[in-house]
Amino acid sequence: MNAAQPIAARPALSIEHIAVHFGGLVAIADMNFVVNEGEVVSLIGPNGAGKTTAFNIITGFLRPSQGEVRYRGTPLTHLKPHQVAELGLVRTFQRTSVFQSVSVFENVMIGLHRRGRSRLWDTLLALPRERESENDLRAKAHEILEFVGIERRANELAGSLAYGEQRLLGVALALAAEPSMLLLDEPVSGMNATETARFMQLLGRLRKLGVTILLVEHDMPMVMGVSDRIVVLNYGRIIAEGPPAAIQGNPEVIRAYLGQGARKRAGD
Amino acid sequence: MTRLFPWVALAVFASIPLWLHDPYLLNAFITTGIFIIAAMSLNLLLGYTGQLSLGHVAFFGIGAYTSALTSLGFDVELIGGLRVVHEPWPVWTGLVLGTLVAGLCGYIVGKLSFRVRGAYFVIVTISFAEVVRLVALNWVELTQGPLALTSIPPMTLGLPGLGYFDFYSKQSYFYLVLAIVVISYVIIRRLVYSRVGRAMVALKENESLAVSVGIDVTRYLVLAAVVSAGIAGAAGSLYAHYLKIIDPDVFLFLYTITMVIMVITGGKGTLAGPIVGGLIFGFIPVVARSFAAPEVQWILYGLFMILIVFVLPQGIVPAVENLFTARSKAEFPASPKAKIQDAP
Ligand SMILES: Nc1ncnc2c1ncn2[C@@H]1O[C@H](COP(=O)(O)OP(=O)(O)OP(=O)(O)O)[C@@H](O)[C@H]1O
Ligand SMILES: [Mg+2]
Repeated sequence: MNAAQPIAARPALSIEHIAVHFGGLVAIADMNFVVNEGEVVSLIGPNGAGKTTAFNIITGFLRPSQGEVRYRGTPLTHLKPHQVAELGLVRTFQRTSVFQSVSVFENVMIGLHRRGRSRLWDTLLALPRERESENDLRAKAHEILEFVGIERRANELAGSLAYGEQRLLGVALALAAEPSMLLLDEPVSGMNATETARFMQLLGRLRKLGVTILLVEHDMPMVMGVSDRIVVLNYGRIIAEGPPAAIQGNPEVIRAYLGQGARKRAGD
Repeated sequence: MTRLFPWVALAVFASIPLWLHDPYLLNAFITTGIFIIAAMSLNLLLGYTGQLSLGHVAFFGIGAYTSALTSLGFDVELIGGLRVVHEPWPVWTGLVLGTLVAGLCGYIVGKLSFRVRGAYFVIVTISFAEVVRLVALNWVELTQGPLALTSIPPMTLGLPGLGYFDFYSKQSYFYLVLAIVVISYVIIRRLVYSRVGRAMVALKENESLAVSVGIDVTRYLVLAAVVSAGIAGAAGSLYAHYLKIIDPDVFLFLYTITMVIMVITGGKGTLAGPIVGGLIFGFIPVVARSFAAPEVQWILYGLFMILIVFVLPQGIVPAVENLFTARSKAEFPASPKAKIQDAP
């Protein structure tokens, strides 16, 4: 589980002294952590801890009040979201996010945007490159749908899919953008046990492909099962960081989150 | 079947001048065709990117004035005593320049307003149209102001050494308009069914999600604005050389509204929508004229519009498409897709 880290771990993503204020509210205070190439790191914490805010900062949807985020050495702080995606850093959303009114297949085709090779002239003049590029994209779209396991839904409207499948489609969309690092915001929330298990396998396959993963998730068995390291956030501050075994036994984490999480789940 | 439809429609339209000799009706087809081009261009923005340009007539008018002035020539004195003299150029260069200048204006308006979109874009486009109208009205030296630019030469096409072709007759102008309709249709169709079109639809549907997969919002919105404005400019040029007179009234808000009505009733976000909507609202006045007074014509126009919007809120073309898909589903109830859909 807690596989040996590569001896010379190369940092992929580094969060340096990030702070985020919403008016008087400190959503994140002096956050520092690193995700290494090929690693699976989870960011956990109670509701409102600042996990989604951290994602928004990393991917350019929000500007931090201070600090810097770097991906493979490039500072991201002044990039727009689409430029961050171009660097290979792609996120999914906590709230289910797919293009509702087009087909599942078209969704993935949209996600493949970055991989299209045709230029505007190719499109307007219907040059051969346009058709070649489109054919390639179509083949890739099928591959991705197969990889995620929703191939047989290809021609259905995205909005008509069951909730769990929409979540998978969200991941397929992100994968289509060819990420070298994937940020997943509560990917299995709303999935049933079978779907969650399948999703964990999917994560395993992604990691084999060398995709670095930062995961936000409340499902503790899953977090403990897939993570190399865990970063725990509470009220915008990192209160613990380490391999799953250490986090599970950390009294502060249990007090702030794990205990509360267990109570909450029992109460549901 | 559906693939053949545009070709059948084209053949039918191309045959019109062969059997229709009534100049009044041909005239109606030509002006309607010009407005259809403008409506198609508006549809690219409104239907595919979701941005409402309520000053779309500005691009139409800019195309009209640019084209007219290119072919008429002008002699104006700018601030600082700088005098600009332009000798008349061949008329077809007016069509090209009208398209380009309108496209450039689309670029500027797009760049200015797409940082903050939605309502802001609507306001910027309305204001832009009003400013352009005031310029046309008050820069008398260039535009003749309310006196109108007159004696605009008819469209001619040709290059030295290759011979000329003029579009003086209504029949020939009909074919010119039809050709521009087809070219605009093909451009828009190719864009829409490409990576570019997917990016536009993605932005309209869910902007956060679109940018998260690397789609550059501004780039595609500005591109849509440029193409849309350029096509509207081409329509304006056709208008100027057909009527042979233009005044600042080409910038009337009413024309924008006409285009919006054509797009909405026909079905925004569909290729055929503006054509169907354009034909209906281009011909209501023509048909109504035979039996109704002008005020009654406008009432009919309004009633018809309200009726369509209420009965078919998506527009006519999507409604017809749904009818077809519903029927083909009923014909093959046991298709595997249907089964999967029914499964719990
Ligand atoms: N745009 C915003 N404006 C103001 N406050 C915000 C904004 N976004 C988030 N917040 C606040 O910042 C804090 C952190 O929110 P965030 O969404 O990052 O939490 P989270 O850890 O993702 O929680 P959850 O597990 O419920 O998803 C919360 O108190 C939230 O109310
Ligand atoms: Mg969250």
